[in-house]
Formats: sequence, C-alpha cells, structure tokens
Amino acid sequence: MANPVIESPRSGRVAPEYTRTGASKGNFEMLAWLFMRVSGIILVVLIFVHLWTSLIDGDGIKGVDFGFVAGKWADPVWQIWDLVMLWLAMLHGTNGVRTIINDYAEKDSTRFWLKSVLYASTVVIIVLGTLVIFTFDPCPVIDGVAHVAPYCPAP
Amino acid sequence: MSTETVEREPASKIDLAPGIGGGGEIPTFDITLKVRRYNPEVSDEAHWDEWKLTMYGTDRVLDALHKVKWEHDGTVTFRRSCAHGVCGSDAMRINGRNRLACKTLLKDLDTSKPILVEPIKGLPVEKDLIVDMEPFFQSFREVMPFLVNRGHEPTKERLQSAEERERFDDTTKCILCAACTSSCPVFWTDGQYFGPAAIVNAHRFIFDSRDDAGDMRLEILNDKEGVWRCRTTFNCTEACPRGIQVTKAIAEVKQAILNRKI
Repeated sequence: MANPVIESPRSGRVAPEYTRTGASKGNFEMLAWLFMRVSGIILVVLIFVHLWTSLIDGDGIKGVDFGFVAGKWADPVWQIWDLVMLWLAMLHGTNGVRTIINDYAEKDSTRFWLKSVLYASTVVIIVLGTLVIFTFDPCPVIDGVAHVAPYCPAP
Repeated sequence: MSTETVEREPASKIDLAPGIGGGGEIPTFDITLKVRRYNPEVSDEAHWDEWKLTMYGTDRVLDALHKVKWEHDGTVTFRRSCAHGVCGSDAMRINGRNRLACKTLLKDLDTSKPILVEPIKGLPVEKDLIVDMEPFFQSFREVMPFLVNRGHEPTKERLQSAEERERFDDTTKCILCAACTSSCPVFWTDGQYFGPAAIVNAHRFIFDSRDDAGDMRLEILNDKEGVWRCRTTFNCTEACPRGIQVTKAIAEVKQAILNRKI
C-alpha cells in the first residue's frame, strides 16, 4: 500500500491571489503621497483667498458676472493664481480618486477602466480650464452677432 | 522548670465581621455565543451557530469557546496555544473587533446581546475560525525580520545605549497574531498590501542601531504595496492586543523613506 503523501506545512504555498506581482520601481507612490500633503496646504490658501475675493470682498456675490471674471483675468496675477489653483485641485482630486479606486476595486480590469475614465476626464477639464483662463472673452462676437451685456463696450 | 505555654497562632489575625469572608462567589451570567461556522468539506456556505452558556465573571471568550468545544460541539475549530495573550494564535473578530479570545473578558462585552465570533477578515478561511496565515507570514518574511550586521562579529554582546533601545521598544512587542493586518481595510480589498504587522516588524529593525540593513527594508517598503498604501485609519492601532502604536510606527517608516530620498 502506497503511503499517503502529506504536504509539509511549510511548503511555501501562498494563495496565488496574495502574491505580489511586479515589484514597483521608482518612487511614484512616495511622490504622490508627498504631493497630496504639499498641494493640500497650498490649496487651502489659494481657495480661501479665491472665496474671499469672489464672494465677500467688494459687492460680494452680487458682483460676480462675466464682467467681474473678465476684470479679474485681465490681471496676470489672478491668471496665474487661478491656473495654479486649477492644476493643483485637479491633480490633487485625481490622485485622491485614484487611491480610492486602488483601495476599493477588487479586479484589475475594473481598476483599469475606472482609472481610464478618471484620467480622460482630468485631461479634458485641465485643458479646457487652462484654455478658458487665457482666452476668456466676456463679450463674444459669434457669427457676426455681438452678444452684448450691459458691461460690454458699445459696438 | 517553667512550663512553656504554647499559644497557638490564630487561623487569621484579622477579625472579619460575620458574613464577610471566604473567596467570595464569582458571579455567573448567561450568554449567547454565536460562532461563524465554515466547513468546506460539508458546504461552501458559512453559517452561524449559537449556544446559550452559563459563564463566570472571570471567564474569557476563549473559555466560552472551550466550553462549547469540550461540552457541546467538538467540531468547533479554532487555534489557541498559550491561552494567555503571548503566542498570538487566537486572534478573531469578536463583536466586529479584532481581539485575542484569551484576553477578552466576557464581562466586558455586552452580555445582553449575542456575542459574535468570526474569523479574522482578509485571509482565506480554512475552517470555522482558522484562517490561512501564510500570506501574512509571507509579507513578514519579505521585510527581513532578522538582524543584519556587516561589521565584525564582536566577542561579547552588541552594545546599545538605553536611548537607542528605547527608539524601537514599542515595535518589539509584536506577537504576530495578525489582528492589525486583518483589521486594515486596504488589506481587505486584495491582500496585496504588506500590512501593518510586516511594517511594524520592519520598524523594529530599521530603528535598531545594531542593524545595517535599514536601507534595504526601506526600499522594500517603498513599493506601491508598501507604506504608501496606509490611509491612517488607525484600525490597526485599535486592534493591537499588545497596545503597539502601529499607525505611528508606519508613519515613522514613511518619514524615514522620505528623509532618505529627499
């Protein structure tokens, strides 16, 4: 009679779903972690000053219209301010959602698709936002028709 | 010749008022113990079994499990070795919290409701309360939890000041029960994260002045599944039966990696 073979308890069998594949090279996760902290602190300053100038200072919220925005963006300081705020907020938020996807998605394919949607929308919003900051026109002329508002110079 | 009067010692030199004395009765109470049962040889589905038990005020959850196993149902399966909070065999989820069954007194739990006992989460259940600890130990092995010293071997012990010893004292207390790693929501997702226990045991050597492989361990934990997956939810610190400040240890390892790189 053949002796039944009992596997050694230390046979090094680790359930395959637990084995880490592909050791990551580089410091991406460390830099992402650091970026979240640094951008978070900068964003607190950027956002609260932005809220103050838009909603409280001067006419307050009643003063906010296309003219107000155009006036602000005529000043390069506010252009840079809003540009930095846009980029930092978008990258901060994207990285936050990226970590949430990593933490909650259980399948690699789910992860891939969720992240693809996330990165695509991030690129669209950053490009669109940057474009608007530098090309904003409060009194556009579309197909020869001027969209005149009270604050626009008379045509 | 004088006659020695031998005075006998009284049984007690303290006078107690009548009615007080003796060891005192240990209070008893009834509990309902619900245990998550799983036996892959019978069914792929797990289910709850419950028993009504009369237990003593000095009893722990482990005593209740023993009572069930020894007097009611011998098929209930769980690990325990020393039964005194040192070996780390009997970590389980008691009322939703990771605890050692041998350190959790029944009287400290809400005995008006059933006491729920489940296997620790995030590791494959083998039977009832026993999980496969191999993935957990694999991460532990990967951080090289042993002294690496490149200098000449001294003729006597390797000396260390009290302050240098104090630096990593907290993380020497780990008993590898897996209560921390299996309480971590990041580990629950896919089991890829190294987990708090591995990082604690790396910390124990990274901050040891006698050890020379700190850089290698920091490099291992700089992995995408390393310390940066920690979300500081403090579940591990809350779960540790040895009171190790696990989240703090992880933060110190993060700091050490940053200081080394930047």
